Amino acid sequence: MSTAHEIRPGYGPDETGHYGDFGGRFMPEALVAALDELDTAWQKAVLDPVFIADFERLLRDYAGTPSMLYDAERLSERAGARILLKREDLNHTGAHKIRNVLGQALLTKRMGKKRVIAETGAGQHGVASATAAAYLGLDCTVYMGEVDTERQALNVARMQLLGAEVVPVTSGSRTLKDAINEALRDWVASVDHTAYLFGTAAGPHPFPSLVLSFVRGIGDEARRQCLELTGALPEAVAACVGGGSNAIGLFAGFVDDPDVALYGYEPGGDGVDTDRHAATIWAGDVGVLHGARTYVLQDEDGQTLESHSISAGLDYPGVGPQHAHLARTGRASYVPVTDTEAMEAMRLLSRTEGIIPAIESAHAVAGAMNLAKERPGQTILVNLSGRGDKDMATALEWFGLGDAEATDEPTEQEQ
Amino acid sequence: MSVSVAFEKARADDRAALVGYLPAGFPDAEGSIDALQVMVEAGCDVIEVGLPYSDPVMDGPTVQAAVQQALEGGSRTTDVLRTVEAVAATGAPTVVMTAWNPVERYGVERFAAALDDAGGAGLITPDITPDEAGPWLEAADARDLDKIFLVAPSSTPERLAMTVASCRGFVYATAVMGVTGARSSAPTLAGPLVERTRAATDLPIGVGLGISNADQAAEVAAYADAVIVGSAFVRTLLDAGTDRRAGLDALRALTEDLARGVRRA
Ligand SMILES: Cc1ncc(COP(=O)(O)O)c(C=O)c1O
Repeated sequence: MSTAHEIRPGYGPDETGHYGDFGGRFMPEALVAALDELDTAWQKAVLDPVFIADFERLLRDYAGTPSMLYDAERLSERAGARILLKREDLNHTGAHKIRNVLGQALLTKRMGKKRVIAETGAGQHGVASATAAAYLGLDCTVYMGEVDTERQALNVARMQLLGAEVVPVTSGSRTLKDAINEALRDWVASVDHTAYLFGTAAGPHPFPSLVLSFVRGIGDEARRQCLELTGALPEAVAACVGGGSNAIGLFAGFVDDPDVALYGYEPGGDGVDTDRHAATIWAGDVGVLHGARTYVLQDEDGQTLESHSISAGLDYPGVGPQHAHLARTGRASYVPVTDTEAMEAMRLLSRTEGIIPAIESAHAVAGAMNLAKERPGQTILVNLSGRGDKDMATALEWFGLGDAEATDEPTEQEQ
Repeated sequence: MSVSVAFEKARADDRAALVGYLPAGFPDAEGSIDALQVMVEAGCDVIEVGLPYSDPVMDGPTVQAAVQQALEGGSRTTDVLRTVEAVAATGAPTVVMTAWNPVERYGVERFAAALDDAGGAGLITPDITPDEAGPWLEAADARDLDKIFLVAPSSTPERLAMTVASCRGFVYATAVMGVTGARSSAPTLAGPLVERTRAATDLPIGVGLGISNADQAAEVAAYADAVIVGSAFVRTLLDAGTDRRAGLDALRALTEDLARGVRRA
């Protein structure tokens, strides 16, 4: 593991966690001491060979990383470009989220805290948190918007089986942003014995930098694997962007390679010309949400707008400050992908490669398929951040699946 | 008018001040003005007008419900300023309690100007600290507006000193580690926090979070300069539902009771 907790010099935060005009720590005073304590513990931990060895061992023996880089030849034929898939869907618990959680849970143990709380959208971060808590013997409470507990019922059951308490959040839009609000409310009252395992590279300093340090293995591995496999760097890398953890983990490996283009795909919902989407960088304005200055979907009074995405894990009206900075500086490009495009990509990858992606990750696949048209013959490395099992209820409804008689769905040839 | 006027008056009476909170637009735009005026008549020395925000991270279920009702009723930032104007006209120093993003969105300098024009005394900013408040500190200083930041039981001595150095008007000491909401017993962490804060500043110190009745108010008034009450006021109006008359009567009775409490210490 690289111990660098910055993206790279030039992109790293200042001492108080600002990435250019973005980031920082807009938080109640009651939580500042805890954030400082976390920052100090983490700075020490990443310099401690024992901590690093523990983290690396867990990643390798428990989470199953490095995840493979897969040469998706059949999909590439369709795309007209060479598509490489970083198979984070094969990690234990089925997504990149386990990397972040193992890092933060180890840190929690080190800090002597006995309880963890987490927010979750798709449930993947909640499942990863419940898993790490079970493994490391910590109490775990997961806050999840009521809307998400319905569309991701399978993950609710997984968390419960793992021994976590799942609290449905009924305030506001009853999705990820409200789950974060509720987790913060818990934390203000429990901070002396509880760690908040933040699920994405957003929130107040030090979370964006800290999360990046734990997920950057995605990009570091992918860079090495791509050189081994193809003898060269990819022309472009692509990831979906919710809060931004899987994308920043991937980008971290390539941000210093000026010839590698970085693409983040935002949830375009019904389309960015409607008001039902969650394309925060594309359509949002600079503001402060959940502790950081970043792009926010907000009205003219600064009230957060309700976001929409078919993918619970991307349904968030904010985005991590590192992405806001990479967008502002032009180093990375952020492009919306609609619900329909994502669902088509989910089916395409299933039918061509026999890989059912998470709907989140399908946004990256769809984006890469579009990008391939501009970059024929080039190599595009896509982060397949998670697997699609949790999304079967959504797919069933979207495609009208589940009825063995119904066959009026287009076959692969017809698409 | 700075809140310090009200604190001086209370000090002259040898008692703590009573600070009352309600969100603007709750139960509706006119209703909140009526309610806040009743609170002034019945004994609140300082009024906090809440700016309803979509993501009230520091609020418990009671205030969340009120804020949601205000937002669903269409409450806007300009309505908050209008409410301030109506309440400040009673003569009671009136501050706005707000999450940060609506201020930034309105324009920090522009917000300070509008608040000043409305007769507002200043801002309470519970979800940021002076570290990130540079533009507000400047705008407030230019207009002599009160800057009220929070200190918490978890604040380190260094942070406490830094925070009070940025405050004007009074310092808001959060009595418990937690969100807003009535609690059954008087806060136990508040005493030591007030003591530490006193050692760091000559500013008056108000204690809030969880105070809901005269006994608690009296207990806190024994060591603090102000007793801050929010959720309990909100609760009286929520409980009265659509019966506005009953809501205002209950609000008046609670205010009078708390006003006796701060005089009992
Ligand atoms: C598989 C998968 N990919 C992506 C995301 C989005 O999060 P982030 O943008 O932090 O990677 C999620 C969130 O739940 C997820 O489960």
